Amino acid sequence: MAFESLSEKLQNALNKLKGKGKLNEKDVDAAMREVRLALLEADVNFKVVKDFINKVKERSIGHEVMESLTPGQQVIKIVNEELTKLMGERESKINFSSNPPTVILMCGLQGAGKTTTAGKLALNLKKQNKRPLLVACDIYRPAAIKQLEVVGERVDVPVFTMGDNIDPVNIAKAALEHGKKHSNDVIIIDTAGRLHIDEELMLEIENIYNAVSPDEVLLVLDSMTGQDAVNVAEAFNTKLGISGVVLTKLDGDSRGGAALSLRAVTDKPIKFVGMGEKLDQLESFHPDRMASRILGMGDVLSLIEKAQASFDEKKAIELEKKIRTQQFTFDDFLDQLEQMKSLGPIDQFIGMIPGINSKALKGLDFDEKDINKIQAIIQSMTKKERNDPELIDSSRRKRIASGSGTTVQDVNKLLKQFKETKKMMKKFTDMEKNMRKKGKFGFPFF
Amino acid sequence: MSKPSFFEKLMGGLSKTRNEISNKIDGIINSYKKIDEELFDELEEVLVTADVGVNTTMKLIDLIKLRIKNEKVKEPEEVKGLLKEEIRKIMTELSCENQIKIEPSPSIILVVGVNGVGKTTTIGKLANNYKNQGKKVLMVAGDTFRAAAIEQLEEWSKRAGVDLISHKEGADPAAVVYDGIQAAKARKTDILICDTAGRLHNKSNLMNELNKIFRVIDKEYEDATKEILLVLDATTGQNAINQAKVFKEVANITGIAITKLDGTAKGGVIIALQSELKVPVKLVGVGEGIDDLQPFIIDDFVEAIFK
Repeated sequence: MAFESLSEKLQNALNKLKGKGKLNEKDVDAAMREVRLALLEADVNFKVVKDFINKVKERSIGHEVMESLTPGQQVIKIVNEELTKLMGERESKINFSSNPPTVILMCGLQGAGKTTTAGKLALNLKKQNKRPLLVACDIYRPAAIKQLEVVGERVDVPVFTMGDNIDPVNIAKAALEHGKKHSNDVIIIDTAGRLHIDEELMLEIENIYNAVSPDEVLLVLDSMTGQDAVNVAEAFNTKLGISGVVLTKLDGDSRGGAALSLRAVTDKPIKFVGMGEKLDQLESFHPDRMASRILGMGDVLSLIEKAQASFDEKKAIELEKKIRTQQFTFDDFLDQLEQMKSLGPIDQFIGMIPGINSKALKGLDFDEKDINKIQAIIQSMTKKERNDPELIDSSRRKRIASGSGTTVQDVNKLLKQFKETKKMMKKFTDMEKNMRKKGKFGFPFF
Repeated sequence: MSKPSFFEKLMGGLSKTRNEISNKIDGIINSYKKIDEELFDELEEVLVTADVGVNTTMKLIDLIKLRIKNEKVKEPEEVKGLLKEEIRKIMTELSCENQIKIEPSPSIILVVGVNGVGKTTTIGKLANNYKNQGKKVLMVAGDTFRAAAIEQLEEWSKRAGVDLISHKEGADPAAVVYDGIQAAKARKTDILICDTAGRLHNKSNLMNELNKIFRVIDKEYEDATKEILLVLDATTGQNAINQAKVFKEVANITGIAITKLDGTAKGGVIIALQSELKVPVKLVGVGEGIDDLQPFIIDDFVEAIFK
């Protein structure tokens, strides 16, 4: 996951400060040297790192820290605050024009993920009850238009194309007319990838810009970009005046240094982050939450939001009751698995739980396939068996195994796990009763 | 007029790299009268901003310091020469060839990498180059995942005049590769070039999919000369090293192709790849033209940086 190794390194550097009752300048210097290296290795821009370290140092050596009871914690707090500041303090959203259609121009280097992002953005807007139109202005890369068409079909958004023999400026103009006629309220223009130093192509995108005067110019940037990220952003910003950045491929293990430098250098917010290859994996960017995540403080807010978006409240209440009364069956278990899957990749949301150290996550490899296997086994049980697992004797086990394409051992394992889970949940609910806490979600696995 | 040589192209492509690194170093050296810690700090900055990476930078600086001490170097001007020599040295420590293995025929080149680095484009250019050298080339559209990836390769197949084996989108990539191998055998193809879907190296299920392709190749095309080429984007920073590490573990890559070196990215990561990971860089892309994919030559690269 993005930022993982950066956060690990920062945590290591800062943990050394945590335990100390008193800090002197030397301690801070030593820790900051490590922080500096960690940031540089994460591809944070050299200048940005310099400024950042100076600021943290200055504040850390000030009175409030040295005289506080937990100076180490204070330094971590300062690092957290400065990190948040670096990335911009608030979430920023798409600016919709008061006079629709809103025109969004996508730009960036080759291979950054513009076309995929355009599709994701269209889906995202569609969910907000907009009527987006995708426009194919990449006339250079072979099959780029076709790619946008396929993506458009998948998210069920119309795609405006005129083939690859027409000047993109004219395509953009025509698309605008087309959109107005067909009452599309957002027009997303996908453009060809171009190097920021390619004068000819930069001129072309300037012309597109002038022809459609977009409300949003989004720079799509690969999160794995190195020190060059700021040059790219600066060049596009000078030519087009970008209004925001979409950071892609953040589900890789890049340390995401680009995210930390961009804001500082261009003063433009990161608006979205791409978290996977599926078209619904585009998320808003929350600088404060990201800063906490980098420092291993967890990202509870995002977790709660995700859970709220995917959990059915009514079902949760029902489930809670069932757990309390020990009537939890395989059918409920199946429901839970479905809900968990709808939360997205498991390793992604586990990283948001505070207290789960990034190191502990390493090597933990969650495989969605295991869940599919479990689902297959449960689905091969009869209604009766699901309600009363005690019924399942060896011949039934054989039948279930062959029905689900698994082995008897797999079935045994699941039955055993289920039994234990039930016991564990009983314990949890008892505990919760004692603590007078209301818990709405009981995960069988955690 | 003759076509520009590799060296000239690289010089053109790397002009930014060259200006950045070389000019900066000159600037630093000229502003110092004697060699001190501050000078090293500034050198470190130049190297890190060129994406050379912290580890390799530290290593280089230590090596230079050692030589300055041993050889009693006093003049800042000499530092540049030392740096050049040390960079060349750590890059040539690797004894591997920096050339794509295609002999003896038949051979298979499997192209892997993360999303958006330019795999399909590299394959198109590669196929074109070999075709022009008089080889019999066949391409396999192994990226069955990304929208329109197959069409993209089809377009290249037309441009280069090279046949393409493809299935429908969503097909099993290993099955396409299998068909490609059978076709290559039947048509007595010299070089079979397989595309694969872009995959982030930290997604174990996608990396496992690669294994299936390898099994097919090992079983069906045992005698072929194999080259597993990892494509990296020069704009990528230190993550390139991670990518190479993981692909090396899972896919046993035998060479690296660096694309998009014509941007302003400094490509310093090449130094780290050669020296830390011991995987030879074999190809560099220095432009969008069909013949802008060139063999990588260490001496030329170092010269181009320091010219």
